[in-house]
Amino acid sequence: MQCFTCPFCGPRDETEFFYGGEAGKERPEPSAEVTAERWAEWLYGETNSKGPSREIWLHLTCGEFFLMERHTVTHEVFATRATRGEEA
Amino acid sequence: MSVRRIAEAAAAESLEFTFDGRPLRGQPGDTVASALLANGVRIVGRSFKYHRPRGIWSAGADEPNAIFDIRLRGATQPNARATMVALEAGMEVRSVNSRPDAERDRYAFLDCFGRFLPAGFYYKTFMWPDWHRFEPSIRQMAGLGRLDPATQPAGATQRNLHCDLLVIGAGPAGLAAARAAALAGREVVLVEQQPRFGGSLLHRPARIDGLAGPAWVEDCLALLRDRGARLLSSTTAYGIYDHRLVCLWEQRGEGGDHLWRVRPRQIILASGASERPLVFDDNDRPGIMSADAALAYLRRHAVLVGDDIVIATNNDSVWPAAAALAEAGARVTIADCRRTPPLPAPAGVELLPGAPVGLVEGRNAVAGVIVGTRRLAADCLLTSGGWTPNVHLYCQHRGRLRYEEARLALVPGEDLEDLAVAGAARGALLLQEALAEGHRAAVGGGEGPRSEGALASFHIEAAWPDPRSARRQWIDLQNDVTVKDVALAARENFRSVEHLKRYTTLGMATDQGKTSNMNGLAALAAVTGRSIPEVGTTTYRPPYVPVPFTVIAGRRRGQLFAPVRRLVLEREHREAGAAFREYGSWLRPAFYGEGSPAEAMAREAQRARETLGLFDGSPLGKIEVMGPQAAALLDFTFYNRLSTLKPSRIRYGFMLQENGVIYDDGVVLRLAEDHFVVSCSSGHVPGVVMRLEEWRQDRFDPGRVVIHNSTAEWATLTATGPASRELVAALDLGVDLADAALPHMAFTTGSFQGQPLRVARVSFTGDRSYEISLPASHAAALWRRMREEGARLEATLLGSEGLMILRAEKGYIIAGKDTDGYTLPMDLGLTAPREKRQDEYLGKRSLFTEEAEKPKRPAFVGLQVEGKEPLATGAHAVERCAKGFRSLGFVTSSYWSPNLQRPIALGLVEAGRQRMGEEIEIYHLGNLRRARIVEPCSFDPEGERLNA
Repeated sequence: MQCFTCPFCGPRDETEFFYGGEAGKERPEPSAEVTAERWAEWLYGETNSKGPSREIWLHLTCGEFFLMERHTVTHEVFATRATRGEEA
Repeated sequence: MSVRRIAEAAAAESLEFTFDGRPLRGQPGDTVASALLANGVRIVGRSFKYHRPRGIWSAGADEPNAIFDIRLRGATQPNARATMVALEAGMEVRSVNSRPDAERDRYAFLDCFGRFLPAGFYYKTFMWPDWHRFEPSIRQMAGLGRLDPATQPAGATQRNLHCDLLVIGAGPAGLAAARAAALAGREVVLVEQQPRFGGSLLHRPARIDGLAGPAWVEDCLALLRDRGARLLSSTTAYGIYDHRLVCLWEQRGEGGDHLWRVRPRQIILASGASERPLVFDDNDRPGIMSADAALAYLRRHAVLVGDDIVIATNNDSVWPAAAALAEAGARVTIADCRRTPPLPAPAGVELLPGAPVGLVEGRNAVAGVIVGTRRLAADCLLTSGGWTPNVHLYCQHRGRLRYEEARLALVPGEDLEDLAVAGAARGALLLQEALAEGHRAAVGGGEGPRSEGALASFHIEAAWPDPRSARRQWIDLQNDVTVKDVALAARENFRSVEHLKRYTTLGMATDQGKTSNMNGLAALAAVTGRSIPEVGTTTYRPPYVPVPFTVIAGRRRGQLFAPVRRLVLEREHREAGAAFREYGSWLRPAFYGEGSPAEAMAREAQRARETLGLFDGSPLGKIEVMGPQAAALLDFTFYNRLSTLKPSRIRYGFMLQENGVIYDDGVVLRLAEDHFVVSCSSGHVPGVVMRLEEWRQDRFDPGRVVIHNSTAEWATLTATGPASRELVAALDLGVDLADAALPHMAFTTGSFQGQPLRVARVSFTGDRSYEISLPASHAAALWRRMREEGARLEATLLGSEGLMILRAEKGYIIAGKDTDGYTLPMDLGLTAPREKRQDEYLGKRSLFTEEAEKPKRPAFVGLQVEGKEPLATGAHAVERCAKGFRSLGFVTSSYWSPNLQRPIALGLVEAGRQRMGEEIEIYHLGNLRRARIVEPCSFDPEGERLNA
């Protein structure tokens, strides 16, 4: 059971969180100008990095999405912070 | 007399219990194991595979043989280790894998075939024709305890704890650590798996800081209590998980077990070491025990394990046991493998140097021991082949071991950032080392407690298993693995220790090889010509000891495993005779009244069309979206444009996933310019909220649009059918029900008993319908009024199943039932937003892919069949091809329609629109039926009844 720190609520058990995808992906728009390859990349392309990783998580109990930097092998959490007003 | 309680202590036997049906007595303070020994019981079970008689080996968590099903207070604990369970009056103790009991086991003959039953025997022999034909009878002969669903233990109480320091193990190192930390002002939790704190200090001779061992233990405990430390005995730390979560199983007897989830800032592991057996011919006979365990039984429980005791050893650690047993009146001989034992024999003990055990006489008990050319009369053989540090939790926390030649043991390497290992768990077997290490681990330095009178040397010499022996030598007692099995595995090229483990099952029993691991590694090293470090060790995984699922599950069982959501009107529905079923986590009335379910559903569906149906639609989503950007958020998240919706009007809409697939359908009400209610499917409420939140936070200004899920705050009671307007009029809600004022897909507000409510013209039946939403607190009163007024209008209560029939007659979809993970909105004929909308919305680009534009996409259609029998839901529409059949799609919904008096069905069929009117074949369980492709709507296609 990992322990994540919600930027709004503090440390909580991992079961309260939901993975929201890798951070930094930008939705390609407008649709009419997006190639099929670019769209497929947006839908299914994941870096799946082994090691340090930047991810979006949802704290289910407060409903806030936030940014988490963590290590996918050691499970060390480097930082969590609100995405509000920053690029994510 | 052989094993027994010594005379002076025998008077206090006051706890009655039974073993394999025999009534016995024990003392307060006994474990089940010590009580059995006190009663002279030598055979405590039959071995897993060969049904050989086995006796108690240890006094700790590593016990491989004394495994029992223990029944007490109506609950059975299977596979309990007798050494770890405190004796209680009334216990029914039953040996495992023995019929009728451990003493007279009818499968004992299996042992005669032992040499024909090597590792892998069953799998190799019973391959043909099918292992599964033999498996039940083989399993019947092997195996351990039995689960009894009727007597399962209650779930443990789940507790959470955060602390500064968790000390695991309350022997000398653990106590020294806890004491030093508490004195330094740290917050300490100390856990000990045995019922009593103290570990080896309770039986091995020593004085610490001037006090006898047990007195120093009491002194430490008093100090710790005084400083506010939490002390947990009979508590096993069985696993360390991610982010330093430590799980503890506290056995509390009558009080009910606790499962602790602890997050400490630091862990000191002082879990001690296990004495490992020497391996020689027939080294599994009952009466062969760990030397340290014999000393523990003598000092803790006044149990003397024999009169003629031989102690076989390769190290100094047995000296205190030899001295104490001799002092207690036994004749004691030390048979030392070492040619020149460094210590002199204790008083009254004969010491034989260079004397490895050759043979043990006796089948069901030790009768004699052959050492070299001498035969020693013996009723008990104690052995010590050295000590294996209990490093499990260190390794679970990603610690790496190193092999220490001087101690012949795998010991922890570097301390981890948040976990330090101290004492025997690190190989520090001598008391003074253990105390010093514990103290240092807690406070980093300084003077620890001073000990005197303890054994001060160890001097071990290798005496590993000899693979050349002709007879069987046992390594893993619980899984019946011999040195020969290891040799066989190596011959068959299972050279990796992980492969060896799985092929021979060495270390895979409930004791996870606590006594056998090192001997197994050494045997594999010997047969493959490698060193022990080259062989390496297997991976340590939690749990450290078997933990009952009832402990881990706690109260998350039965109804509480996945609690259902309940309607505010559940009592009213029950009183009306509702049969309840679960619909997407909600417990809802499926139908009402007696008789067959099918008849009840048809009756309700028919009456609702004739006169009036009353339906509790409270779980329908009521998600409020508010703020200046509310309309923009809904435009983006819905396939249909919602910003053009006028206040007090309702629009039917779809939410797509980014891959274009339909996620949900529902209606959206616009309360005001900046205020909407999304009424999504009952089962999709959490998912829709999450999707709205995701885009609200990611794409919009969260300060200018907010989402509030008010589903549970509002009940929704629906009247449907030709008499529905008359019913709602009779409720006096202060609402103008003229169709001009309240047309289909509009809503208005009124009040009931001073509460605000909404009346919405939305229909899931195709008939004129009114959905009345009001605060849940007043739902019962309104429902009562609706039923009273409804009685006059010949209303029926309408359950979910009846409603399903009505909506299928109209060809209305259930998202997720009539759609699947491939269905795009165009497949349902919903093409307009795709063609018209110029702005961005969720899933848009996916509606223009090559796949989305394929001409033969599945289409949502009706399927009409001859006869009275409805099609099977899930049956495939097929076309014939060279290989037999090819699937064209499948039936998604199928019912008997009481209003049409014929079966109706809906389905997704490849190129279904182009095939309209065609007959196709439907395949189900080997049968073929013909069906005609028709429009999904089979009842009132003009929609006249909406306003009838």
